[in-house]
Amino acid sequence: MNIQSIELVTLGPAIVLALGALVALFVDLATRRGQAALAVGVAASAVAVPLAVAGSGERTLCTTGDLATAQCAFVVDPFSVALQLVIIGGTAVVLLMASADIAARVVPGGEFTFLVLSSASGAVLIPATNDLVTLVVALEVVSLPGFALVALRRGEPRAAEAAVKAFLYSVAAVAVSLYGVALLYGATGVVTFPDLRVAASEGEPSAIATAGLVMLLAVIAFKVAAVPFHAWAPDTYQGATVPVAAYLSVVSKAAGFAALLLVTWTFGGWSQVWAPVVAVFAALTMLVGNLVALRQQLAIRLLAWSSIAQAGYILVPLAAVSGTIEWGSLVTTAVIGYLVAYAAMNLGAFAVVSVVARLDGLDTIASYRGLWRRRPWLAICLAFFLACLAGLPPGIIGLLVKVDVLAVPAAGEVWWLALVMAVATVIGLAYYLKWGAIMFRAPHAARSVPWRPARSNWPSLVAVGICLAATLVLSVLPSLALGLVERL
Amino acid sequence: MSDAWLLPTLLVVPLVGAIVMLIAGATAERWATTFGLIVQSIGLAITLLVVANFSLSDAATMQMVVEWSWIPELAVDFRLGVDGISLPLVVLTSLLGWCAAVYTFRHLPEPGRARGFVGLLLLLQVGMVGTFLALDLILFFLFFEVVLIPMWFVIAFWGSGPRRRAANTFILYTVLGSVVMVVGFLIVIVQTGSSNMVELASGLGAEMSSGVQLTAALLILVGLAVKTPMWPLHTWLPDAHTAAPTVGSVLLAGVLLKMGTYGMVRIVLPVLPDAALAVAPFLGAFAVVGILYGAVASYGQNDLKRVIAFSSVGHMGFVLLGISTLSIVGVNAALFGNVAHGLITGLLFFLVGSIKERTGATSFTQLPRALYTTAPRLGFLLGFAAIASLGLPGLAGFWGEFLALVGAYHPLDSGARLFYRVLLVLGAVGMVLAAAYFVRVLRRVGQGEAPPQRFADVRPREWLTWTPLVLLTLVLGLAPIVLLEVTDPSVRVVVESLAGALS
Repeated sequence: MNIQSIELVTLGPAIVLALGALVALFVDLATRRGQAALAVGVAASAVAVPLAVAGSGERTLCTTGDLATAQCAFVVDPFSVALQLVIIGGTAVVLLMASADIAARVVPGGEFTFLVLSSASGAVLIPATNDLVTLVVALEVVSLPGFALVALRRGEPRAAEAAVKAFLYSVAAVAVSLYGVALLYGATGVVTFPDLRVAASEGEPSAIATAGLVMLLAVIAFKVAAVPFHAWAPDTYQGATVPVAAYLSVVSKAAGFAALLLVTWTFGGWSQVWAPVVAVFAALTMLVGNLVALRQQLAIRLLAWSSIAQAGYILVPLAAVSGTIEWGSLVTTAVIGYLVAYAAMNLGAFAVVSVVARLDGLDTIASYRGLWRRRPWLAICLAFFLACLAGLPPGIIGLLVKVDVLAVPAAGEVWWLALVMAVATVIGLAYYLKWGAIMFRAPHAARSVPWRPARSNWPSLVAVGICLAATLVLSVLPSLALGLVERL
Repeated sequence: MSDAWLLPTLLVVPLVGAIVMLIAGATAERWATTFGLIVQSIGLAITLLVVANFSLSDAATMQMVVEWSWIPELAVDFRLGVDGISLPLVVLTSLLGWCAAVYTFRHLPEPGRARGFVGLLLLLQVGMVGTFLALDLILFFLFFEVVLIPMWFVIAFWGSGPRRRAANTFILYTVLGSVVMVVGFLIVIVQTGSSNMVELASGLGAEMSSGVQLTAALLILVGLAVKTPMWPLHTWLPDAHTAAPTVGSVLLAGVLLKMGTYGMVRIVLPVLPDAALAVAPFLGAFAVVGILYGAVASYGQNDLKRVIAFSSVGHMGFVLLGISTLSIVGVNAALFGNVAHGLITGLLFFLVGSIKERTGATSFTQLPRALYTTAPRLGFLLGFAAIASLGLPGLAGFWGEFLALVGAYHPLDSGARLFYRVLLVLGAVGMVLAAAYFVRVLRRVGQGEAPPQRFADVRPREWLTWTPLVLLTLVLGLAPIVLLEVTDPSVRVVVESLAGALS
């Protein structure tokens, strides 16, 4: 068999990010400057963007030279490119955000950049994978550097505990996913997505296939931190540094949603199996995420629970797939549109939290009181990101992607899901509003935080600025998010 | 010259003003209220230009329409326009916004912070005007939501009493309603493929099956009824009105409540005619309960602001009753009642705010008596507004309620005539009861033995704020045709298509 003619362009983003990871490590060794390693990482992300766009329509790692009948490991279509852009953009913002931590010597620059880029190189592969085995391998490439990233925080015993927690959960998840893949292979005899799609469209799933599919879904639910597979997330986010938490909650999660879209597309014929499972995940995630977030006192834990809740909204379109609604552009537009907006607004919130934690040592929500007086611009930015997450104007893009998500259950007449989302949105509003408002209250005269003049690190402010620009532009031109796939 | 720039400018001017307030430094505290007054004056001037450009002979068609493709994925266009239904409310909004700016000119509620207050009021203006101008369902929803955060801040930061709880109740209630409402909009959009209100109103919406229409209408009505507020969804209102600072109460009662009833006339009646016919009797029943409840509850209140807040439930009940008759007279009455209530209740909240500022109290037990003696002009204005509110013929408040009852005498659906006659009688009882509680207010506040302390009578700033409201109350009371001839052509179009759906 004539195997493996490799199209470098197709794998370009992953290769560039992986090379960037190595270069960053060496640059750090040679110069002893963590910031230089970060710069390499940002440059690699910048190079990866045009490569991702150029890769659209390509395929590689195929079994035969004949493209028409080939079985390929990687297929890049506009849908993969859209997700790759979210992943690459998110990675770049996380690297910029980490600059303050590296300058403060909380994390080592070379190792940090290396691990983030390694993980991201796996993440960009996921939307382009074309079979179950490659998908599981790519998911592991995303996860493994992740644990090291969590543990990388110096002088924080909780970081090690957080890393171990995430690691143990993840090991179990890998085992389950491999078992699920094995069951699916056993039931259908094929592993590539197009073949599986044909198999799924031809008949009812056997009990074995059902079990395999549910296992695979559970693992993906773990990756996107959907309830009830979310338990690792809050502790891990809190133990890790803020940029790492941002990475896990945006980039790693986007990779998980890419996997979910692929799997649900592949098994479109068996939507009666996966749609109810996803619906349960969606409803639980929205309700539990928002309800627990209500009680959080720490900014980072609130963001952790809020991003769990947000993942619930992103699950809603897929959960609404039923007899009347098929897996199609209505669903993907809503999911990808929400992911794009979520990346911008959630990274923005994390970026501000990271900056003020470093500058003023703010950690609890209560300590944000009076931030508007001390740092008006950061307070405005955070308030805007929170308004987006809550889905209320002026956060227009947050509102519109929620409307777009809600359109799917409205079209499919899945009323209970729409109702759960409505209630969840209202609960969510309560804590976003509380946090947003407390910044504008007059600071306590007695125990105002002594604040140092702004000596913040500029790249981390650039990270805030990029997210602000992205959410503002999307608010004016929401089509850039909702119509992203059609534009590629 | 093309007049297409007018409506976008009406939104851009306050929006730019709000952004300036946001990014201006702390020095802006000194000139913020002046700036706010200038921006609101420009807005009012543009509104007057809109009125001047409005062609009365074409009042039934959308005028000064602008249209930009915005979000093709959701079939949403950025489309604005004004017709006989929306024009009076746009004028009312600009006028009350301007009055609020005059009233707060160099004179802010505690704790000051002029920049924030002015900026929030300007943002509020964008949302209020935008709601009445939007000709696209999602755009309408967007503007509907724009008002929430500014109003929350105004109540929670500048209010009094249990202001945070009141602000939270207000926003959570409204958001739950509007999320439900947007599901209704989405059903319409998914079913028809259009989000264009004009297109939907001219027959596209009526093509939906009655079952779909009914589902969509019920969802949309929940959101609008919370805002109106319709009994029994009114429970957020008394606390919010009481806790809000004066101009907050004015805009809440004067404009925000109208967004609900406007939505019914603009969206539910023309877009979902079959459903409107089906739900109208229920709407009428709830409306009458609201009228009676508002009257009785007002009588039981011990706080001037709460009396007015509950009276609003009653007045909006008349507006809802007018809508529920689906008749030409009734819907005209509803639109008239909207404007009249905005003017009169706006004036009442201003007056109560000024009384509170002087005496530090709004509850009957603490208020000094004999306002007629201590501050005769203020007392006169309070008497005027209260009498206008209870619906004395010759003042604006009368026509909205009287015509609503006339509408109930001739409902569109003649089969339900008997039912509406019952509503008519109950509504008339409510009108009489309203007289009782305002007479009680006047006796309690206006008359009695004069307290030793004196306070200032009406100040120039207050004269300037209130004169337009008093004059318009008189003009609309003496010549209701001024307003009715604007609304009537559009109302006829709506009601005729409803009549078509009925037969």
